[in-house]
Amino acid sequence: MLTINALTKRYDTGDLALDYVTLSVPAGQVLALIGPSGAGKSTLIRCVNRLVEPTSGSIVLDGADITRVRGKALREARRQIGMIFQSYALVERLSVMENVLSGRLGSVGFWRSWFRRFPEADVRQAITLLERVGLETMLDKRGDALSGGQKQRVGIARALMQNPKLLLVDEPTASLDPKTSRQIMRLICELCAEQHLATIINIHDVALAQQFVHRVVGLRAGAVCYDGPPEGLTPEILTTIYGEEDWNATRREAEEGADADAGKVENALLGGHP
Amino acid sequence: MSSAASRRPAELQADAARLAARVAAARSGQWRPLPRISSRALRWSLNAAVLVYLVLVYYSVDINWARVAQGLDRALNFIGSFFTPDFVSRGGEIVVGLRESLTMSVVATVLGIALAIPVGLGGARNIAPRPVYFLCRGIIALSRTFQELIIAILFVAMFGFGPLAGVFTLAFATIGFMAKLLAEDIEDAQREPMEAIRATGASWWQWIVWSVQPQVMPRLIGLSLYRLDINFRESAVIGIVGAGGIGATLNTSINRYDYDTSAAVLLLIIGIVLLSEYFSGYVRRWTA
Repeated sequence: MLTINALTKRYDTGDLALDYVTLSVPAGQVLALIGPSGAGKSTLIRCVNRLVEPTSGSIVLDGADITRVRGKALREARRQIGMIFQSYALVERLSVMENVLSGRLGSVGFWRSWFRRFPEADVRQAITLLERVGLETMLDKRGDALSGGQKQRVGIARALMQNPKLLLVDEPTASLDPKTSRQIMRLICELCAEQHLATIINIHDVALAQQFVHRVVGLRAGAVCYDGPPEGLTPEILTTIYGEEDWNATRREAEEGADADAGKVENALLGGHP
Repeated sequence: MSSAASRRPAELQADAARLAARVAAARSGQWRPLPRISSRALRWSLNAAVLVYLVLVYYSVDINWARVAQGLDRALNFIGSFFTPDFVSRGGEIVVGLRESLTMSVVATVLGIALAIPVGLGGARNIAPRPVYFLCRGIIALSRTFQELIIAILFVAMFGFGPLAGVFTLAFATIGFMAKLLAEDIEDAQREPMEAIRATGASWWQWIVWSVQPQVMPRLIGLSLYRLDINFRESAVIGIVGAGGIGATLNTSINRYDYDTSAAVLLLIIGIVLLSEYFSGYVRRWTA
């Protein structure tokens, strides 16, 4: 469904954010993109829908090269790619229903959207999606009246309103509590299976990713350094992705570690070296 | 909207029924956004009121087309002068007037902003105690109530003709303008950093300088330059009532039907405003 070939992004500042990334995601597969902050995860998914312009390489969506398209063709490409954001990115002063229907803006003309006259099929799809994410009774609530988990559900419904072929998900759970995080991940994965979508999820929480996804790609300094099943993430591989850390530390050890850290902080405050 | 607890069961039931009906309608593809004003009677009477107002306005405006045709000649004359501006015959007076106007606007802006900052701090609901808030909002309201021309007439009566009255006029108007916008910007500042700085045990002034000032500084600078620009333009207006500046020169030339000199003055004002526009854009990019 999505083929990324030799994708490279160098920012104007000279920083190399993506280094020759090659990746192929078939329809129905959920891929988790992991890696330390600044490894290029956000840049990669923003290159796919061209919120960030790649420096070189190519992006092919469903057989069509979208690396250099412009104007109408770019909007059409974006319409086929749904995106879900870390901080939900709802338009909070609009109602839940309006937020969901905004997913159809790529297919509805300006005046129809201005007068909120959406086609019946769109309204039916919107309410069906709201029922699927369990929020149909909230349709008239304003975006800012919802909790974090509810906002993210609306964000998911909005992305799916586009009838996308590909779903890009940027840190969907970073602002949510552990239980809601699991519910949101489960919802995203179920919906992808139901609608046979290719999905890329940027995620910090490795354990959460392992629990839900089919495939994990590790990025380090803009380059792919792991591509395989979630079970293959051994401590050695995590170290190559993230750097040195004790991945199997038990709770007890963690507590001891915290004591040791406290000692280090005290030392640092006194001006000594740990 | 009243809270759920204060509602009678019958009302809650009606709400639930209305919601269920909307969900059912959406299932069959029918959805309209909720109207912003929920009472139908109020909604329609507001619409009707707007319509009636427009009709009344249409019939109450009395245009004397004969007088318009007469004035058109004079206006064309005036506009024509813009193609033959005369910078020279009254050159000396124009230079003196411009210099006076520029001096007045700079002095008045600096003075006004210096006074507006404490008033603005006091007028921000999130940082000022209630009595101070009401006092400062009162000052802001007072300063904003009177148009510059009216204040100018008052100050000319107090201090006599000349730029001193103009400076006080513009400074007074600047206080209301800057203090109001500064106070609103402070009220919109992010709460979290303010909490964090307060949590460090900082004093009130440290708190302001470390958490509020960094957030409002770019806007304060932008607004100050904008106000300088306004004060310069206003100085041309208040000159007409004797408060000094380029306005006096402009007024004299119009009274003498010396439109070529008026055009020269107006062109100079436009030029200076354009310059200040460009300059303020540059400074705002640089301070952001």
